[in-house]
Amino acid sequence: MAGKTLFQKIWDNHVVVARDDGKTLLYVDRQLLPDWQHRAFDALVDQGRTVRKPKQNFAMPDHSVPTTVTTVEEITEDVMRVPVEELARHSKNFGVVHFDLTDERHGIVHVVGPEQGITLPGLIVVCGDSHTSTNGALGCIAFGIGTSEVEHVLATQTIWQEMPKQMRINIEGELGYGVTAKDVILAVIGKIGTAGGTGYAIEFAGSAISAMSMEGRMTMSNMTIEAGARFGLMPVDDKAIDYVKGRPYAPTGEKWEQAVTAWRNLQSDEDASFDREVTLDASEIAPMVSWGTSPQDVIQVTGNVPDPAQEGDSDRKADIASSLEYMDLQAGMPMTDIKVDKVFVGACTNARIEDLRAAAAVAKGRKAQVETLIVPGSGLVKKQAEAEGLDTIFIEAGMEWRQPGCSMCCALNGDIVGSGERVAATNNRNFRGRQGPGSRTHLVSPTMAVAASVTGRITDVRKLMEEA
Amino acid sequence: MEAFTTFKGIGIPIDIINCDTDQIIPARFLRRDRTDPEMPSFLWHDLRENPDFIFNKAPFDKGKVVVADINWGCGSSREGAVYALNANGIRAVIAPSFGDIHYNNCLKWGVLPVRLSRDDCDKLRQQLHDEPGAEIAFDLDAQSATGPDGATYSFEIDPFDKYRMLNGLDDYGVTREYDAQFDAFEATHKAEYDWLYGKA
Repeated sequence: MAGKTLFQKIWDNHVVVARDDGKTLLYVDRQLLPDWQHRAFDALVDQGRTVRKPKQNFAMPDHSVPTTVTTVEEITEDVMRVPVEELARHSKNFGVVHFDLTDERHGIVHVVGPEQGITLPGLIVVCGDSHTSTNGALGCIAFGIGTSEVEHVLATQTIWQEMPKQMRINIEGELGYGVTAKDVILAVIGKIGTAGGTGYAIEFAGSAISAMSMEGRMTMSNMTIEAGARFGLMPVDDKAIDYVKGRPYAPTGEKWEQAVTAWRNLQSDEDASFDREVTLDASEIAPMVSWGTSPQDVIQVTGNVPDPAQEGDSDRKADIASSLEYMDLQAGMPMTDIKVDKVFVGACTNARIEDLRAAAAVAKGRKAQVETLIVPGSGLVKKQAEAEGLDTIFIEAGMEWRQPGCSMCCALNGDIVGSGERVAATNNRNFRGRQGPGSRTHLVSPTMAVAASVTGRITDVRKLMEEA
Repeated sequence: MEAFTTFKGIGIPIDIINCDTDQIIPARFLRRDRTDPEMPSFLWHDLRENPDFIFNKAPFDKGKVVVADINWGCGSSREGAVYALNANGIRAVIAPSFGDIHYNNCLKWGVLPVRLSRDDCDKLRQQLHDEPGAEIAFDLDAQSATGPDGATYSFEIDPFDKYRMLNGLDDYGVTREYDAQFDAFEATHKAEYDWLYGKA
């Protein structure tokens, strides 16, 4: 019998029912619930249903919370306060686990899941948010679902799925100086395109992945959905096991030993087969920047804005021209000529402690030239950053140090990019109007974002790092 | 979900490739309830600020079927994208390819997502431009769509999803038929992964 992929191993451990028509009912170990999914609970109430396994559901406010408040009473706007209040109310009524605004454990669900050990290797984790793929970095099946599916999981702790195709993306070699996990995943999306992974579960492998920290792996898994793949798994190794050890929801004692034994098997078998394999040379990846209105519109910072006239494919030609018009960029201009109006360091892609350390290293001794928001991913990340003095570095650089939340990524909490404004941002989407109607997003890594902040334009951060 | 058996409506050609769900419904409108009376206005809200956008023009503004291009509904998982389509009476989307999560969301809310070849989608969109007000018809049981010129197109759909859509059922009822299997699974899962439940 042929070997199994990592994905197939975890899948096979979670089959409640396998129908002849290919639909499988899978057991869901964990569901994460951001504030905007309070409506899923409303639906449960309407239908007279209850939560089957309350303690396997973890809720916390993140999308709607202003990053300038620490209590729900301080939230003046109804549209922001109501989701937070409703999530709290429903959590209490249904008995789900809830980290409220005053609980230092709260934050962006995909930062908190791994941080708390809620996400563990070998699990099935779902959430009504497409960036649930982030959790796959710990070697689990983690994917985004719609609100109706959230309701179904709440009511039954299961979900109907069809087995996706399997893709492996190998990143081989060593990353260059100043090149981060964010640059790698942007390069991957640039290569396979925004629909390259549709219908697939992606597993990342290769020497660059083995060498990558867990937080770097989370950054990569986070953006697999931007290549169309709901799932972005990393194999379980010593790094993953060490990461999980001792976290609040991780097993302990004898149960820990049993878990580790089970987790050691969580890699694809040698003879597993993938429907598609792609390989990238890590050493060829440079700091990346997006220029257009899709995450696939990326280029090395040393490059120039593409010229539609040079593009052979008629789709791409029209698409590039349209994006350049929206983004107000001139074909052929050097990326480093692009001035920015705002900078945002945060979001489930890049708001963890390593991201903040790297950002602070570039900010140190320099001054922000434009409004710059630094938003930690959770109360614990914030606390750790403050213990290390990172907040002082950001504040002395004239940057704003905020409370945890999704913030400017989706601009639902008051942190908004104005119409026509250009932002260098560490989030995961540069769609038209994503960060505010008419906003213009350039996706970058945390160090590249700070480089843009201290120079006022897209800048090759490696030049700043060399100066230091 | 409202059952879907047969349906016919004016086609709206959307010539945008990779039309993400932020374009279909901007995030700020996700705060509203699915049944909000303003929901119809949230569909393609920011695109509609351009007076030339197709949905602003008669007869497309009364359209009930979308014909799109590749990778329709990519991006965010927001189910609001489907609520906004539904609120406008749009019950079917034809595209060469869909974002996975959006495709599933459509199936949960009685919006029929139909995958046809890119050539067929291009052809249909051109027909809709050439003949504004032309209609496209669907027969879910037959898994067939009929274009403005009477040409028929077969499409695939998962049998389980088809059954649910034909009968207006959500997943829950079917899932609960498997309660015994769920209990049996949990008993084994807990025995084998006891460590997982230690902290729960």
